[in-house]
Amino acid sequence: MLFKKSIAALSLTTALVLPMIGAIPAAHAETPPNMLVVAHRIDDLISLDPQEMFEFSGTDYANSVYQTLVDYDDRDFSKGFGPSIAESWDISEDGKTYTFKIADGMKFASGNPITAKDVEFSLRRAILLKKTPSFILTQFGFTEDNLGETLVAKDDSTFVLVTDKKYAPSFVLNCMTSAIASIVDSKVVQEHEVDGDLGNAWLKVNSAGSGAFNLTSWKPNESLTISSNPNFSGGEPAMKRVIIRHIPESATQRLLLEKGDVDIARNLTPEDVAGLADDKHLKVQQDLRGRVMYLSMNQGDETLSNPKVIEAIKYLIDYDGMADSFLKGQYIVHQAFLPLSYLGELKDKPFKLDIEKAKALLAEAGYEDGFEVEFIVRTEQDRLDIAQALQNNFAQAGIKVSIIQGTGKEILGKYRARDFQIYVGVWGPDYPDPQTNADTFASNPDNSLEAKLTGKLAWRNAWPATGFTERTEAAVQESDTAKRAQMYVDMQKDFQKEAPFAIMFQKTEQNGLGADVEGYSMGAAITGSYYGNVTK
Amino acid sequence: MTEKTETGGLKAWLNADVPTSPSHAKAIQAYLGWLKLVANPLAFLGFLILVALVLCAAFAPYIAPADPLAQNLAERLSPPGSGGYLLGSDELGRDIFSRIVYGSRITLMIVTLVALTAPVFGLLVGTFAGYMGGWIDEALMRITDIFLAFPKLVLALAFVAALGAGIENAILAIAITSWPAYARIARAETLTIRNSDFISAVRLQGAGTLHIIVRHIWPLCLSSIVVRMTLDMAGIILTAAGLGFLGLGAQPPMPEWGAMISAGRKFILDQWWVATMPGLAIFIVSLGFNLLGDGLRDILDPKKSKS
Amino acid sequence: MTSVDTTQGVRRRKAASPFLRVAKRIGASLFSVIATLFGLLFVTFLIARVMPIDPVLAVVGERASNEIYEAAYKQLGLDQPFIVQFFYYVRDVVTGNFGMSNLTARPVLDDIARVFPATLELATLATIIGVLFGIPAGVVSAVYEGRWPDQVIRFIGLFGYSMPIFWIGLIGLMVFYGKLGWVGGPGRLDIFYEDIIPSVTGMILVDSLIARDWTIFWNAVSHIILPASILGYYSLAYISRMTRSFMLEQLGQEYITTARVKGLSETKVIWRHALGNVMIPLITVIVLSYASLLEGSVLTEVIFAWPGLGNYITNALLSADMNAVLGGTVIVGLVFVGLNLLSDFLYKIVDPRSR
Repeated sequence: MLFKKSIAALSLTTALVLPMIGAIPAAHAETPPNMLVVAHRIDDLISLDPQEMFEFSGTDYANSVYQTLVDYDDRDFSKGFGPSIAESWDISEDGKTYTFKIADGMKFASGNPITAKDVEFSLRRAILLKKTPSFILTQFGFTEDNLGETLVAKDDSTFVLVTDKKYAPSFVLNCMTSAIASIVDSKVVQEHEVDGDLGNAWLKVNSAGSGAFNLTSWKPNESLTISSNPNFSGGEPAMKRVIIRHIPESATQRLLLEKGDVDIARNLTPEDVAGLADDKHLKVQQDLRGRVMYLSMNQGDETLSNPKVIEAIKYLIDYDGMADSFLKGQYIVHQAFLPLSYLGELKDKPFKLDIEKAKALLAEAGYEDGFEVEFIVRTEQDRLDIAQALQNNFAQAGIKVSIIQGTGKEILGKYRARDFQIYVGVWGPDYPDPQTNADTFASNPDNSLEAKLTGKLAWRNAWPATGFTERTEAAVQESDTAKRAQMYVDMQKDFQKEAPFAIMFQKTEQNGLGADVEGYSMGAAITGSYYGNVTK
Repeated sequence: MTEKTETGGLKAWLNADVPTSPSHAKAIQAYLGWLKLVANPLAFLGFLILVALVLCAAFAPYIAPADPLAQNLAERLSPPGSGGYLLGSDELGRDIFSRIVYGSRITLMIVTLVALTAPVFGLLVGTFAGYMGGWIDEALMRITDIFLAFPKLVLALAFVAALGAGIENAILAIAITSWPAYARIARAETLTIRNSDFISAVRLQGAGTLHIIVRHIWPLCLSSIVVRMTLDMAGIILTAAGLGFLGLGAQPPMPEWGAMISAGRKFILDQWWVATMPGLAIFIVSLGFNLLGDGLRDILDPKKSKS
Repeated sequence: MTSVDTTQGVRRRKAASPFLRVAKRIGASLFSVIATLFGLLFVTFLIARVMPIDPVLAVVGERASNEIYEAAYKQLGLDQPFIVQFFYYVRDVVTGNFGMSNLTARPVLDDIARVFPATLELATLATIIGVLFGIPAGVVSAVYEGRWPDQVIRFIGLFGYSMPIFWIGLIGLMVFYGKLGWVGGPGRLDIFYEDIIPSVTGMILVDSLIARDWTIFWNAVSHIILPASILGYYSLAYISRMTRSFMLEQLGQEYITTARVKGLSETKVIWRHALGNVMIPLITVIVLSYASLLEGSVLTEVIFAWPGLGNYITNALLSADMNAVLGGTVIVGLVFVGLNLLSDFLYKIVDPRSR
């Protein structure tokens, strides 16, 4: 009997102690001094081929691994674009021919010299591969058939680009800074060509660039590791290795940061950022981002195409309430389609929450008692929170909202198929020129269902953008930059009044950093993050 | 009303050694079961928790101090006890306690609907397969095996993804993933009963297959199915919460507990209560089901040889 | 989660010549495995097709123009009728080609070979914890049936069984990693230790032992211990519950009384005779609970950023990466069916009653 008791006691203690079994001292270590560890959500990455990738994490990657003809200074974006692989350029009288002089002595990570041939190969590759971002270049009239005349290496150090008509030079050169215009090592890529794929299969998971880093390994949804490139024209970076670990949760990122297991946490909620404030080993870096958060109304819907309803809805949004509470540090109120810091930015904020006014407008439209409407939103906390806050605001004017949430791909599928009533989501500019947003928000040459202009938000919302389409076209050809900027300002003012889009917020990003991390560039609204100048 | 006046008589009636009618026998059995339940403190605790859940769901509007959907952005993330928020407020300033109280209705609905579908379907398939035997048995059991071999949550996820996120589809998905276990149990029971003398006797009297299955086999499978069901309920609640956690269950602004945890997890470090309170609610209810199920098994299990 | 069924050992048995019987049984098992896997494939394929997620968008990204979309649509073979697509797929799978994952741009088999060891490692450790604590707890519970040690052990077991794993995972991470710093954070290793030791088995604990790198080994231990304990707690609850119920059955048997009457010590009676007889059905229970852990515990893997099979399949599913979902499901199905057969086999070989 005594024995029985002792087993009972023993088993009992073990069972009680079990949850404590984690009590093994963890080997806690700071990250090594020449290694940068970043916690980031990188599950959007589907390809590392610069002529194919079009994701946010992809832009970061391209910034680190590839160079372009012209580029921004990652320490000072206000300077605008400047020389990179091209040391200088000339624009012809008619504004259609751009001649680039390739800088001497620059090398790829492989050791191969960078020549005009590589530029020709890379830009032609972008057109020939016909991947998603190719429109950034094809909008200048480059096609498979005219490459022999439009994108040509005259000799090893001269590259000539000919557009189909006159464009604002700022527009053309801004586009040349984007990821798709990355210059790849043509020799290395051609060695890995399979079945005429221009090395696409290989470059999806390998790198062949001249940027600050090389790809070391990519484990999708797990981690991305890049190592410093000793041949980099800007000098080999201080960080020999940068590891970007996919950590979806903000709280987890913060824990890792507080423990010193990562140097930079990229996706922190405002609450977690606030929580970092007292920790003197950490600091917060904030920057404006290009993404705008908006709500849009499908004009194929009878109720939602009523101009009074459209206006009413713009007054049913508690812009300040949201920005000051759960979006604090994440978004600022912004009501025009060009992000702040872009050429032609508009700072006007004509709308604020005004239930009475909205009710009056709804009554004028014949909806005194409101109506029922469906939101589609992708399952992401900030969007869901916004959608729920809107649901609450709308209810006050009698509009009964149901929220349909789904994965990004699911919701996007509905949106592109025009199979929705109201969409709540973000749009990020594709390249650092006002045309990118003007073209998607305010241009729709053919509103018919068959046209399938699914890349344009105006089309997705079945909005014909009458008048705006022509104004967008005019602005993009204006060579006087100041005049061009004014055209965008005027256009956005009218857009605020008429369009079935309620632009609500612009993204700001707050990253948590170890106090010793210096030189980290977040890229502003213009581009992605850049790790090449980081020291710690 | 007669019970009230004849309490003593009722007790005696229930304690009778020799039942006077079949319904009397059933009543006595139920009463004895009840006594055993009360005698088992853990099971009784479970029972009390579930009674509390049902009461909470039934009287939610009277218990909850606030509208579970009413937002107040100014008072968001208030800690428990402050500003009239018993368990704190969430990221949109809604009262967490009220949301949990109303959420009990969703939990109860999930549990009830799954309990009404999966075991019934499993019972049907299992008894039919077991009784018919031969290729029908083989085919039905293959199908059962296919569903058993699926990763549970993945199958549920797949169904929800296919049918669209939402509470109804989540319930359907859970039902689809949980019936095979019941089919297996029912089949095993049927196999042991099928060739017994009393079934042969019934068959000789000319009873049809359906009649035999429904009237004679089902009742005998029932107790093991019920025990299994009670034990499964906790799992069902956890799966539903898991789906809600992944954004595929109940949709906002429904106060489903799993979705509440999911929304609250981003505040877990500083505003711990937002995720912790609904987590506690899930935990307590599933503990209730587990305790009761465990106790019921002891009570109903005929193999058990106490005393 | 561990909803395995212990009644499956009970199958009809007919007398026949031993050889014929064995051949027949192997044939039947083989047929049932193939039929199950085929059905599994078909159902998954069907689900993948009716899913409202557009697999083309997963390939071309958010802002593809219509021509690019159409090209990818054709390339994925989506213009073919359903049955034709299924036929092609099965033909490929039979030759060991599970196709490429859209999400990772790699062969699905490579991906699975990468993620499965992570799950295997976690499930194995969790099962070891479950067995180590679950069996003694179950035995004690049975011996003290109805009295306080029984009640306490059962309560602790049910306690673990009732906790939402994603919740306790979050809290555990916050407390043990965040506040106390006793264990490693999410993931299998501290980030900067990754890719240092050569991958032999893919299981870091084993690989680091092979490489004799103790720093990495202890780092891996500190990372796995929390998720493994949480999963182990679940499997403990199940194993102790089943042990208790098997033991109760045994303790009521006559031979136990006989043994006691013969004067054998209580220890011997309980731990040698009763537990010895219980071991066989227990192995079935353990194998099946192991199988269910190997399916990948999606939620645990999500919380602990554990790059395992459950995480992989879920991600693939939500991105309509059909090849990956199908491949993952078939592998899980194989593991499940295989372990099921194994437990059936063990049962039949060792259990004297079924001979």
